[in-house]
Amino acid sequence: MRKFFTFVLLSGFAFYVISFVGNSTTNNCASKGISVGTEILKNFANQTGSANAVTSVVVSYRGLDTLGEVTVLFLSAIALSLLLSAGSNKNKSFLRRSFILEKGISLMLPFITLVGIYVISHGHLSPGGGFPGGVIIATGLFTAIASGLIKINKSIFSVIEGLAGLTFVGLGIMGLTNEPSSFLYNFMPKGIFGNMISAGIIPLVYAVVGVKVASELTTLALNSFTYGEEK
Amino acid sequence: MLYLVLFLFTIMIVTAIAIMFIKDISGAIIVTSIISLVASVLFLIMAAPDVAITEASIGSALTLVVFMLAVFKTQRGKK
Repeated sequence: MRKFFTFVLLSGFAFYVISFVGNSTTNNCASKGISVGTEILKNFANQTGSANAVTSVVVSYRGLDTLGEVTVLFLSAIALSLLLSAGSNKNKSFLRRSFILEKGISLMLPFITLVGIYVISHGHLSPGGGFPGGVIIATGLFTAIASGLIKINKSIFSVIEGLAGLTFVGLGIMGLTNEPSSFLYNFMPKGIFGNMISAGIIPLVYAVVGVKVASELTTLALNSFTYGEEK
Repeated sequence: MLYLVLFLFTIMIVTAIAIMFIKDISGAIIVTSIISLVASVLFLIMAAPDVAITEASIGSALTLVVFMLAVFKTQRGKK
């Protein structure tokens, strides 16, 4: 039975590869100038109102993929914290207080957070967005938690993360109620091209993604560090 | 510009080879993040600032933290 499934999988993969090789020589779309990229570059400013073409693809044209990405990150964070919090109790206190780390991060944490918020909030205007901005904020919080500067209850972050995920899905469902109805439709007014408040729901979605990524990764750090710290 | 790119590529290859010869695990992890940092500069040269920011933040910060956690949470093997 197992061999049969392997055979079916392999033959399917072989069929895919053969069809791909056959098509690429005879019917190459990119060489004829028919590609999605040129079409998007022509129309993204009018259709999405975002000044950043990459953001318009990530949030608007491929918004559902972003939701999937966030879900993948959520699942991997859960699996990782499960792995890290399990195991033997032998090496509990691997964290040691470091004077330099504590003073350094107390000086740097506001600036790191500010850079993260800038990257998130200007995601539709300049390079950046929810994912990298959230990771930048989470990196600052990681270091602050590891140095023992701040102690936060991790249930707060779980609540924030859940609310952010619900808001993302809620924004998508609100697009369904609109007249040209589709999931994650940009139903809000586009505003002036290149302004801070423009591009409809794109800044909102990026803010939600940033909050979700930051709180997710901070929960991961809290799960493993609090375990290591208690004696 | 070509020489800069070649220099960065050389740094990446040398670091990748050097990781194999580092005995200390935490040192090897820190050296791994140098590869991501150089790769983000290369992405910037190739006019992809979005990817460069993501690579710099995730590749050199988050990967390092996760690998460090994994190393410190697991037992070290005896010699």
